[in-house]
Amino acid sequence: MNKAIEITVNGQKQAYDVEPRLLLVHFLRDVLGLTGTHVGCETSICGACTVLIDGRAVKSCTVLTVQANGAEVTTIEGLEKDGELHPLQVGFWEEHGLQCGYCTPGMILAAHDLLRQKPDPTEDEIRHGLEGNLCRCTGYQHIVKAVQHAAERMRAGSR
Amino acid sequence: MPVTPKMVGARIKRREDPRLITGRATYVDDIRLPGMLHLSLVRSMYAHARLGAIDATAARAIGGVVAVFTAADLKGQTGPVPCVAEIPGMKLPHHPILAEGKVRHVGEPIAAVVATSRYVARDAADLVEVEYDPLDAVVDPERAVEAGGAVIHEEFGDNVAFHTEAPSPEADRAFREADRVVKLRIVQQRLIPMAMEPRATVAQWASGDRQLTVWSSTQIPHLYRTQLAEALHLPENRVRVIAPEVGGGFGAKLNVYREEILVPWLAMKLGKPVKWTQSRREDFAATTHGRGQVDYVEAAVKQDGTVTAIRAKVFVDLGAYFQFFTPMISGFSTMLMHGCYRVPALSSEQFGAFTNKMATDAYRGAGRPEAAFMAERLMDEVARELGMDPVAVRRKNFIPKDAFPYATPAGLTFDSGDYEKALDKALEIVGYDELRKEQQELRKQGRYLGIGVSTYLEICGLGPSVMLPPKLKAGGWESCTVRIEPSGAVTVLTGISPHGQGQETSFAQIVADSLGVGMDEVLVVHGDTATVQSGVGTFGSRGTALGGSALRMSLEKIKSKMKTIASHMMEAPPDALDVGEGKVFLKSDPSKGLTLAQVIDAAYNFKAGIPNIEPGLDATSFYEPTNCLYPFGTHIAVFEVDPETGRIQWRRYVAVDDCGNVINPMLVEGQVHGGIAQGLAQALYEGVVYDENGQLVTGTLMDYAVPRAHMIPHLELDSTVTPTPVNPLGVKGVGEAGTIGSTPAVVNAMLDALAPLGVKSIDMPLWPEKVWRAIQEAKRS
Repeated sequence: MNKAIEITVNGQKQAYDVEPRLLLVHFLRDVLGLTGTHVGCETSICGACTVLIDGRAVKSCTVLTVQANGAEVTTIEGLEKDGELHPLQVGFWEEHGLQCGYCTPGMILAAHDLLRQKPDPTEDEIRHGLEGNLCRCTGYQHIVKAVQHAAERMRAGSR
Repeated sequence: MPVTPKMVGARIKRREDPRLITGRATYVDDIRLPGMLHLSLVRSMYAHARLGAIDATAARAIGGVVAVFTAADLKGQTGPVPCVAEIPGMKLPHHPILAEGKVRHVGEPIAAVVATSRYVARDAADLVEVEYDPLDAVVDPERAVEAGGAVIHEEFGDNVAFHTEAPSPEADRAFREADRVVKLRIVQQRLIPMAMEPRATVAQWASGDRQLTVWSSTQIPHLYRTQLAEALHLPENRVRVIAPEVGGGFGAKLNVYREEILVPWLAMKLGKPVKWTQSRREDFAATTHGRGQVDYVEAAVKQDGTVTAIRAKVFVDLGAYFQFFTPMISGFSTMLMHGCYRVPALSSEQFGAFTNKMATDAYRGAGRPEAAFMAERLMDEVARELGMDPVAVRRKNFIPKDAFPYATPAGLTFDSGDYEKALDKALEIVGYDELRKEQQELRKQGRYLGIGVSTYLEICGLGPSVMLPPKLKAGGWESCTVRIEPSGAVTVLTGISPHGQGQETSFAQIVADSLGVGMDEVLVVHGDTATVQSGVGTFGSRGTALGGSALRMSLEKIKSKMKTIASHMMEAPPDALDVGEGKVFLKSDPSKGLTLAQVIDAAYNFKAGIPNIEPGLDATSFYEPTNCLYPFGTHIAVFEVDPETGRIQWRRYVAVDDCGNVINPMLVEGQVHGGIAQGLAQALYEGVVYDENGQLVTGTLMDYAVPRAHMIPHLELDSTVTPTPVNPLGVKGVGEAGTIGSTPAVVNAMLDALAPLGVKSIDMPLWPEKVWRAIQEAKRS
């Protein structure tokens, strides 16, 4: 019944036999113990479970683990490099882009994909670019500033 | 002496954030214990039905299923779900852990399925067969209290949970003598609080130590522990509740739910740790909702715009059972329905209605958004009827700034306020007079610009302990321990339970300034009943005002002891000394003194044997407030309405809030932004829909419109500062102000925009379709 998969998660190859119905988010959380990826709904609306699959933001609560076979997955735990925070992490910290923190990992990874496509987004583009991710605490304004903060630093060349 | 920069008042970035932005925080669902089992609940598909046979044979046959329990198994084993609120003459329904004989709302739990994995538990729950005999559902609170029809709790004979009256002969006279009576019918639709983290509970029973440990996503770990110990018949000191990282609450986690008693009971019964994590669908159906009122409100008005009395008849949609505070929430609405206006007389009547729905309870604002909405809509309606500017009507009725402390007709005492100052600032920022001129110009072109003003007031930081019900077994106080460790590190144990508000940072700012130590030397600990002295929790915008005041008290005690110790060492009287900048020094000559390290060493090493002083350096304080706090402000919403589609195009949103002194302006901004977003959401987007059968139509995020980033306009914030004399910090509270102030501003703007078309009322949420229909209807009549 189980299926063998091999997924690279945050740069490390992971080989497991998993149930075909195992959701990627549960593979990350329950099998690998990467609990930074959160579950906020089961309808792909809230975005708390957003991870990067081959660089693209994907909601991991509606991806089967077997569908990610062979892919490269990045979670919030994989953003820090050599003990240095990613500019998006810095931006969210500097601009108070989070309160309870539950949406934050998904929000940061969704913003990561947005900045890949639009390195210099307007406020409007940020708001629309993040429309797949809900936040109930911040009213989004400081999230917009956080992404702008990161975009500026990333354009200046720090990653 | 070098002066360290002041931390209080500065934009200090949060010390909570590093764990949250790197995915290293621990929420309840992140907890895994050896041998842990998983709970899934079989929930009612019907709003109102008699229960027949429950057959779990197929469920039990699945590999990995450990047990299936129903109400019969729980009989006599636990207490009911607690409600601490008491209203005179109120009927308190029995609130079982699992449904007994009948189900009374969609989502009511019927059977508990425990298995070795969450997938198996869910599979098995789907196989439990439940026989239902459906009954008519009661959904409309106004019709619910009429005689006849289905009765939700048969033992009561009807669906009237309470009927209270607060009559006033003075108000009756004012209405008789009024030049005009302005009337409104307001529907405060039900809302879903929707914290991003669904509720979750993990419990572990150590049978040898007879120690129960529970991790739960709660705003009130201590209050929950008291109730849980009672429900499970355990000594309270055998129960430890931990609120780890909590992903938002908004009042919905200011509660003790069925699952929070069931999961610990299961852990004890089965001798293994048990985890339950709510799905979003369960969250919508079985976590408390907010608001849920129909208000008939009237103002007696003089020709010059002076309001002389307000009266209201309120129908409250309570739901089927009472949660922690359910029946007392609506009391705040009528108590404060005059807002910040000098209205000499109030009278009110409330009907609490049982309905076949999830219970309503506290949701960001809890009764005060309803109050502010009544006051602010009335002011606009008075202006419309008298042909006055809404701002002029407000100025006419404001409680003047020299009238504080101000005794209200409902028996409250407003602490401080300067309503005109906040209004003037907001008007200036938005350019009110020019906007009104532009509005006239646009109307000539057939364009509809709306300008909505809300000069809200609220009550928070409740309050003297007498204001809270006896069954709470706690008061309006809050606690704090400050412990100076032998190394000089400062540990703060606070009784509040922050879940995003940022007091790990703001409290460290207070400590840093008070003692003159670096913020990095301070650790703020919360949310663990085994570590922290009894506390009350985080709700009602109380965290900083009450928890911060308790912190301040403990810091004063620590400083006093430091001075006594230093006095002995320096041979100077304690009165001649002061603490600050990391030193205890002579007031007359600050260059003379001891470092804190020297004083701390003396306190713990204690070789000097200071007479009449105990060794050690810590202090615990319980702060009891003498009054509540009354933040206020002015919000102005400006948008254009497209009459062809009913859609709005935002122009400006200006908010000037006054929450007294500010510890960290960045955190205050965050609270206001988030609060406004939730208030706009009520005005424009969100609304719980139960159909005529009591089926929850808005059962998932696909059907319930929590706003996304592009649905909230850019917010322009400013503030005025009117400190409160009530507490030593001069702070009021800001957690709910944005929500309270914003909803009426938006509705006022919409009706202002559509005034030339003759639209006088649209019920929230102001969906484009409803706006369009209102325009068509006005055109026809």
